[in-house]
Amino acid sequence: MAGKLVENLAKDPPKDPAMDSVAQRLSVVGAGAALELRGVTRLFGALAALTDITITVRPGERRAVLGSNGAGKTTLFNCITGDFPPSSGTIRFFGEDVTHFPPYERIRRGLRRTYQISALFPGLTVQDNVYLACRGVSRGRFSFLRPGQNDALMHAAENLVQAVHLSGVKDQRVAELAHGQQRQLEIALALAGAPRFVLFDEPAAGLSPTERAELIEILTSLPAHIGYIIIEHDMDVALRVVESVTMMHNGRIFKEGRPQEIESDPEVQELYLGGGHE
Amino acid sequence: MSLAHDTRVTVRPTAAVQRSRLRGWPEIDNPAAWAVAAILLIMPLIANGFFLIEIFATTLILGLMALSLMFLAGYGGMVSLMQLTIAGFSAYMVAVFGASGNANISLGWPWWLAVPMALALATIFGTLGGALAVRTEGIYTIMITLAIGAAFYYFTNQNWAIFNGHTGINTVATPHFWGVNWRADIPFYYIVLAVAALCYFAVDYISRAPFGLALQGVRDNPRRMAALGFNVNAHRVAAYAFASFVAALAGVLQVWNYRQISPGSVSVGACIDILIIAVVGGITRPIGPFIGALIFVLLRTFALDFLVKLGLDGNRFRLLIGLGFLAIVFWSSDGVIGLWQSWRRRQRSGAASSSGRHGREAGRESGQGSTQGSRHG
Repeated sequence: MAGKLVENLAKDPPKDPAMDSVAQRLSVVGAGAALELRGVTRLFGALAALTDITITVRPGERRAVLGSNGAGKTTLFNCITGDFPPSSGTIRFFGEDVTHFPPYERIRRGLRRTYQISALFPGLTVQDNVYLACRGVSRGRFSFLRPGQNDALMHAAENLVQAVHLSGVKDQRVAELAHGQQRQLEIALALAGAPRFVLFDEPAAGLSPTERAELIEILTSLPAHIGYIIIEHDMDVALRVVESVTMMHNGRIFKEGRPQEIESDPEVQELYLGGGHE
Repeated sequence: MSLAHDTRVTVRPTAAVQRSRLRGWPEIDNPAAWAVAAILLIMPLIANGFFLIEIFATTLILGLMALSLMFLAGYGGMVSLMQLTIAGFSAYMVAVFGASGNANISLGWPWWLAVPMALALATIFGTLGGALAVRTEGIYTIMITLAIGAAFYYFTNQNWAIFNGHTGINTVATPHFWGVNWRADIPFYYIVLAVAALCYFAVDYISRAPFGLALQGVRDNPRRMAALGFNVNAHRVAAYAFASFVAALAGVLQVWNYRQISPGSVSVGACIDILIIAVVGGITRPIGPFIGALIFVLLRTFALDFLVKLGLDGNRFRLLIGLGFLAIVFWSSDGVIGLWQSWRRRQRSGAASSSGRHGREAGRESGQGSTQGSRHG
């Protein structure tokens, strides 16, 4: 199944010629870093949820962001996607300054995210959820014409549904799905079109051990050019699917390093790993 | 895993059939829909002029206005109380640009110029109102659109230069061409029926097109829509533009129907009537507003006689509507359609349990089985 996902992602996205050329142009422009945050601070009133965050992520890099509750991990994601713009600092996506872009402009440039609590469209079918995700990053968002039999995006959506094991329920309304299925759909929505960088916010939350194994399979089998940042409390998941780790604490970056270094770091163990298991 | 794959393959044809039916016209294999269509088409043979115009044409016109609200509220999650105001604006524009008894106000343009002008202006009016309203959510949308409706009502009352104050504009000219008086009962009924059918099918069609699906996505989760690449506010404003056009069409038909337009037709009470019609009928499907309008018109027309017979004040027909409204909202979150659907479901499940499962349900069962298998296997 993981092999199938790779296959789908590799062959499906470049169906829309306009989008393909945009993706190519941008990837040429931004040869340096996929994501570059400089001094990003986010205030909620007097509370600093993020303070002076500076991170550089290479294209294709996979990184975990760890930290206790309230460390600012999800706020970091919200700043990167533009859900909450940063109070100060700059964010560059493949070299382009996107600090003041609305979320949809960032998404159209190849950024994707999933949500900690599934953010789906409960009134629509599984197939329509994924179809919307495919449509959102291509042209014809306002089209009044129904998709025909050979609609490329409809096929792309069908392949994506199949890749996350939801073909059997693709005509069911999302409200009727089990939790694990909703989490799978959540990932499918983030992989539509031609993603270049994905933010996964606790994708393993509430999954059974079997489902976790499948999730790891999906993450490790993503095409090499797709980088991601993953927030995950489950170390078994987090440290197996990344090559670098950023530890956050109280809205600041606490430590950066390779998974083994972080795992064996006494300060980290005291602060997070030890404290978490008390 | 391989077992799960095999089961899924056997399920797929069933699912494909279901989807093609959903994507196409569900009405095509529904004999009841054909019967209703046939009855509506031959209505002039059955009904006299009173029923044709006062009941059915009026129902279809009010249904059109409620349809524009249903499109916004049912698909977009935006409850707009200004749909009647947009229709009223369109009606006023037909009277102002066309010919009427108030020669000092009306410009006397032929209908084929006045009507497109009215439609365009009313659509712009509604779109601008929508652009204001989309900055808010929920109850604030209701308040802003209600404020626009109330402001327009008082403005028409006080403005004499264009809207002729509280007397309004009377004896509005109606189209005559090809030797036909199109306001005569039977031709007018067919015009109204044609416009209503066109809008009904347009709304039904768009609900499955990318624009309509995206609108439903905006209703369910606007933030996620933005995270999928959609400009949510642009989508909402576009929905207002489309709904305004439908309401504007209804306004043209309404002014032709009554041949006059005055502030009384655009009062706040009338704005709320449209909401009641849509909610009573049901706002999840485009047929709902028309059912709601039929109930409303029948009550408005006959409740008076009924109440007088009981020795009550005939003007209390609104009491009946209000009680009916309460009952429907209490028992069904989706109006009359919701009641009908839950009744059908109960009937079907009763039949299924007595005669065993038929193919479609069995197929869905195995579909569920396969995903469970694939998750645990």
